[in-house]
Amino acid sequence: MAERPPAADVVAPLAAARRPFVRALWTWARNQPLGAVSASGVMLLIVMAVFAPQLAPFDPLEPHYDTMLAAPNAEYWFGTDQFGRDVLSRIIWGARTALYVGFTCAILGSTLGLVLGVASAYIGGWFDLVVQRIIDVFLAFPLIILALVAVAVFGTGTDKVIIAIALPFVPECARVVRSGALAIRELPYIDAARALGFSNLRIILRHMAPNCMAAYLIMLTSFLGQAILTEASLSYLGMGVQEPNAAWGLMLQGGAALYAESAVWVAVFPGLAITLAVFAFNLLGDALRDTLDPKLRSR
Amino acid sequence: MTVVAEAMVLPGAALPAAAPLIEVNDLKMHFTIAAGIVRKRAATVKAVDGVSFTIARGETLGLVGESGCGKTTTGRCILRLENPTSGSILFEGQNLCGMDRGSLNEKRQRMQVIFQDPFSSLNPRMKVGTIIGEPMKVHGIHPNQKEREARVAELLSVCGLNPKFMDRYPHEMSGGQRQRVGIARALALKPEFIVCDEAVSALDVSIQAQVINLLEDLRDQFNLSYLFISHDLSVVRHLCHRVAVMYLGRLVEIADADELFNNPLHPYTQALLDAVPIPDPELEKGRTHKAMKGEIPSPINPPGGCVFHPRCPLAVDSCQKEVPQLRQMTAGHWVACPRV
Repeated sequence: MAERPPAADVVAPLAAARRPFVRALWTWARNQPLGAVSASGVMLLIVMAVFAPQLAPFDPLEPHYDTMLAAPNAEYWFGTDQFGRDVLSRIIWGARTALYVGFTCAILGSTLGLVLGVASAYIGGWFDLVVQRIIDVFLAFPLIILALVAVAVFGTGTDKVIIAIALPFVPECARVVRSGALAIRELPYIDAARALGFSNLRIILRHMAPNCMAAYLIMLTSFLGQAILTEASLSYLGMGVQEPNAAWGLMLQGGAALYAESAVWVAVFPGLAITLAVFAFNLLGDALRDTLDPKLRSR
Repeated sequence: MTVVAEAMVLPGAALPAAAPLIEVNDLKMHFTIAAGIVRKRAATVKAVDGVSFTIARGETLGLVGESGCGKTTTGRCILRLENPTSGSILFEGQNLCGMDRGSLNEKRQRMQVIFQDPFSSLNPRMKVGTIIGEPMKVHGIHPNQKEREARVAELLSVCGLNPKFMDRYPHEMSGGQRQRVGIARALALKPEFIVCDEAVSALDVSIQAQVINLLEDLRDQFNLSYLFISHDLSVVRHLCHRVAVMYLGRLVEIADADELFNNPLHPYTQALLDAVPIPDPELEKGRTHKAMKGEIPSPINPPGGCVFHPRCPLAVDSCQKEVPQLRQMTAGHWVACPRV
């Protein structure tokens, strides 16, 4: 894998681009402009979530009864809701909820799916058959239905919502990972590991799972957007994050139907936030898939 | 089946050598092809069908034959990477078939494998040092990391690699270097027996020579026994003490290497040796090649009687009915053909 000399047009216009990492990033951004835009969107969301206390102009939970349903103005940039709470502050704090739920669900769901998928492929036989049929049953239902069932079982609240959303991800990721793991299982280095007397657990976790990383990362990024959307849906249905916490779906529920005509900002801004966040995560996932797919890499 | 097993005297048993390290008796590996929703048995592939041989300590047995004749499967059965359908594999007199996982893992420290493809036989996500050190860590041979690293460095230099390669990933190395890493990994547990499954076939000719010399040196240095699976007859002749020829899951001939190459008896062995080109145009011009007729039959529905009879120049009617057993022609030279 000799390092390619940088082509004339890639040699960066930036002085900093001489450093390999920055140059690689710059090349990637040029090849995947949508990916770069979505990556900046995701970065913005993360900054919003991390620095919510510093960024939010008001306390997201504090009602201002003298300025209820105020239109966007210089003080309340995105207006206020029916309790006089600042919509912008609630959106900034809502990013925290969305990313917390999104990342935890995606990481939990895809990691469990990775282990299950690899184990299913490696062990094979009856175990594989049974696991795959159970996965078939799960895949037959839309995500939101499964999440609703899980909420009905576990109850509402942020932590339970995370379990409710992460669980349906497990079979989905397991199915995708298994197909790749089946091919890896037949490679000589797995035979070598068996001949060396390694335990099944070690082969699954140390030898097979790390080689399924491409599929894992792709599933993880695609789950991020889905998890945020599902959390918003659950909250909108009143089965997710509960008032008075700031969550985008919850903000839609509070304002959408009642004030659709009189105070559109109550619903429009959280709606936009959900749309842009899901868009950013999905586009980033697409770009990542293109980058990680060796068949597309040569272009 | 048992009658056959008992009737068969072990080829190689006549050798004056001490108790063999490996003794394979009537090994059978049949794969079931299932079809339909209920997965009922549709066909059986007889990849290995009644193979017996022994390997003495320090001996190299070559296993040759066409693609798909069951050489590799035989090797995998001995390593217990496959579960043999029947037969026994004795390692120092202990049967590996039906052995529980614990004792099998203990035995596995003493038999190792070198694969054909140096590109897929090393985990691409692990550094060379980890690849070679992991077996020692798992089996608690050098629990101390410093000691282990020293041992990895030693193994790398034994295999002709700079110990600095420890920190490299396999994709940063050439095919020959990777194959040396594979050999170092096989040596990590100080085995007594190594299955070399086409260990040099994927390498350039110049690299092949280096790796073969390395294998020879290691054999002498550590008194290793090899099962050398190959289709390259010149390599086999150079490296092996004895050679077994396989055809369609069965052994057709087994003899000392020189004896087999100078005096092949089975018509299949003769055809196989006849197909080896001589690297001298003058000599090659004067040769008449007897091309074998037909193709190797499918092991799903092998011919009855002697599996070679549809292609055999000596075949008579009885060959279609009777399965030929190995019989000893001269000392240590066994042939499964009643017509020679």
